[in-house]
Amino acid sequence: MATINLTVNGKSRSVDVDADTPLLWVLRDQLQLVGTKYGCGIGSCGACTVHVDGLAMRSCQLRVEQIGEQKVTTIEGLSEHGDHPVQRAWLAHDVPQCGYCQAGQIMSASSLLENTPHPSDVEIDAAMNGNICRCGTYTRIKAAIKSVNAVG
Amino acid sequence: MSTSANSQNRRNFLKTTALGGGGLLLGFNWLTGCTGKASQPGSVDLGPELPESWHDINAYLKIGNNGTVTIYTPNPEFGQGVMTAMPMILAEELDVDWKDVISEQAPFNAEKFGFQFTGGSRGIMSRWAGLRQAGATARQMLIAAAAQEWEVPAEEITTKAGRLYHAGSDRAMGYGDVATVAAELPMPEEAPLKDLKDFSIIGKSKKNVQGREIVTGKPLFGIDYHKEGMLTAMIVHPPSFGQRLERIRNLDEVKAMPGIKDVFAIKTYKDGQEKGGFDTNAFPELVAVVGDATWRVMKAKKALLVDWQEQEAFEESINGFRGKTSRKVPAGLENSAEHSKRMEEMAAQPAREVRKDGNPELAFRTADRVLERSYSAPFLAHNCMEPMNAFAHVEGDQVWIAGPLQAPGLIEPTIAARMDLPVENIDIEMTRMGGGFGRRAYSHYMLEAALISKEVAAPVKLIYSREDDMTNGIYRPTYQATYRAAIDANGELTALHVKAGGIPESPLFANRFPAGSIDNYLAEEWSIDSNITIGAFRAPRSNFMAGAEQAFLDELAEELGKDPIDFRLELLQKAKDKPVGERNDYDPERYAGVLKLVRDKSGWGQGDEGISRGVSAYFCHNSYAAHVLDLTVENGKPVVQKVTCAIDCGVVVNPDAAANMAEGGIVDGVGNAFFGEMTFTDGKPDKQNFDSYRMIRMSEAPKVIDVHFVASEVDPTGLGEPPFPPVFGAVANAIYRATGERRYKQPFMGKPLKG
Repeated sequence: MATINLTVNGKSRSVDVDADTPLLWVLRDQLQLVGTKYGCGIGSCGACTVHVDGLAMRSCQLRVEQIGEQKVTTIEGLSEHGDHPVQRAWLAHDVPQCGYCQAGQIMSASSLLENTPHPSDVEIDAAMNGNICRCGTYTRIKAAIKSVNAVG
Repeated sequence: MSTSANSQNRRNFLKTTALGGGGLLLGFNWLTGCTGKASQPGSVDLGPELPESWHDINAYLKIGNNGTVTIYTPNPEFGQGVMTAMPMILAEELDVDWKDVISEQAPFNAEKFGFQFTGGSRGIMSRWAGLRQAGATARQMLIAAAAQEWEVPAEEITTKAGRLYHAGSDRAMGYGDVATVAAELPMPEEAPLKDLKDFSIIGKSKKNVQGREIVTGKPLFGIDYHKEGMLTAMIVHPPSFGQRLERIRNLDEVKAMPGIKDVFAIKTYKDGQEKGGFDTNAFPELVAVVGDATWRVMKAKKALLVDWQEQEAFEESINGFRGKTSRKVPAGLENSAEHSKRMEEMAAQPAREVRKDGNPELAFRTADRVLERSYSAPFLAHNCMEPMNAFAHVEGDQVWIAGPLQAPGLIEPTIAARMDLPVENIDIEMTRMGGGFGRRAYSHYMLEAALISKEVAAPVKLIYSREDDMTNGIYRPTYQATYRAAIDANGELTALHVKAGGIPESPLFANRFPAGSIDNYLAEEWSIDSNITIGAFRAPRSNFMAGAEQAFLDELAEELGKDPIDFRLELLQKAKDKPVGERNDYDPERYAGVLKLVRDKSGWGQGDEGISRGVSAYFCHNSYAAHVLDLTVENGKPVVQKVTCAIDCGVVVNPDAAANMAEGGIVDGVGNAFFGEMTFTDGKPDKQNFDSYRMIRMSEAPKVIDVHFVASEVDPTGLGEPPFPPVFGAVANAIYRATGERRYKQPFMGKPLKG
């Protein structure tokens, strides 16, 4: 057991956990931030995607002791009022079916758009291929991403 | 206006028997006094204002003093959109403004809500009449209350968007103003229903009522359930089918690991316990690991050393929808290679005849030529994104359970029997499900959680790891089908023979198209017992038969020199004009309708040079679906450029959400047709997680999906499943057009494509 200090969604948090605990389980079990989802535990499905210093990362593959000073953002902290442009696009396109993977999809998409405001289909595929949607909402996800910075 | 008469009393209102399908009895009881959990926003905005007081009108709705209406969705939500669509139906007849509606998942209460089941594409179909009546009768009660208040005849009162009007005296008020009075009035015996043309909510797309909570990561799912003092549990099941627990080798060592509270074996059923139809479970003997944090439990689970032994053959009795049956479960560690060999042997032998029309033997004997093709598909895992999980708290003789499940009414009696408690002592809360696809109709994990909670005397959340989930069974079975067509010297089709089977069940539907359109027809089936467990998987059996049948019809059309759509339409015309046999369970006109619509919308046969297109159509779950799938091949990989889809499912309640579900069914179909496969070596599933089990991803999904619904005034029928099965045929037929090579064995991308 170790005491670990983290910055999550702009707040300093201190947790007593095994140092090798994946960030995913610290978020879910210790911090009650359950919007970040467990899907596979091996970095293959993207359900656990969060931002670490602004970059989309699989939180099941990050040991909490590795985080250090880096700033962690989860779906709960993506926007104050749930109105991040990607969240709004998701609602406008009525993307979710079951909704379980969508937090991870949104975190991957918002990271992509931060660095590539007008992504091509190939760039969207590359950025989003790590996020599985079992309900098959891919065409809506792509349309939502494209609409975020669309002109006109 | 159409009127529905109902002479039953208030406490026993709306007993309806669902027609068709499994013929489940849906008893709507009309008890007031619902208590739900905290309300959810009724739209993507922040939702309606909450009132100071609520007034229960009937089991399905309550109205606030400010006019806000809470509508309870009786069936569990797994992404099919019932929490939006079901309140839409009621709100339409209640005649309220959608922005004033709050949708809430109803509590599990069979007395109030009948069979609360998500599956078989039955949700909207089975609730349509009841929800309309619930809204219409509530509206009548509000009108009666206003008539009292205003001292005018009820007949003179009209409603619009949650308000009551009396034109004669130029008065108006909101539903909320009379909710207190209305709640005390008797239920009217007659409730006028709206004409379809007057609908202002049904047929107008509404956004997912939980959309905002989903995109902001609110706790909605079973796996998010939290209770103070709750422990985390995981299970270890035998690595292979055909095995059971022998002993835990290092119990004390694992118990001593940090944060671990207990490690013990559980037995999910009593010896000889009669099982329900959905109590399928290959692994009733498990090791449970309980601790204070998920990661610590995962580490302990990994450290655990367990010896397994071979399970002897046995027979279990099952009391399910089909009455009392028994199931033979063989011993042994099974292999996929052996499965294929045994299926080929069975396919080569005569099988059980299910339907015969005319004289197929003679037609085949005298045929000029015979086209024979065999098709197969592997076991599939459901792979819901939210792994199986359940919260349970057993305190004394009370059992509290919460989690994702498709049918609480199916597991409740099993839990009661196992724990020696009356069903009244078991409370189940239905959470939103992270997918279901049939898997969560088999909710043994609820019972496991309850047994673990009882043992550790604490609230427990049981979570399956992805590996536990994928290797636990309840798979879509592996299937095989051989089709033969007899063609005479004039190039006419004279007979069709289908022989289908699988492990451990047959996929055959003997009375579906093309039965009824062919004079000489023979359908046979076979099956092979197995200890690998199976369960419903989105459009059970149809999800294989459609692909095989529609690929064969495509090849047969080519053999006969006919356009594949024209050929199907010819057969359907025959089935309409001169049907063969009397048990044909499809409507040839509606079937032809979706083919014609997809032909028009896809521009079939018009300037489609350079595009390789496959067509396919199917009828299941009371609805019709047809696809045209456009495919190109790049570096041996298929690229689905576009899928055009036509569906006839009667009235469409929420069109954009319905299109979303059809799009999802198409993506699911393309994914499983290309990649879906579970295989076994010595009883052990060869794939344990998403690194080896190939799921369709963004880059492989169709680039465009264009969904069209047949305009219809027929009561709604199924939608979650029907678009799925025909995809497999459309993929197979498009691959052939693109490469010149037909693929008969799923998954189709077992090897690269030519071109």
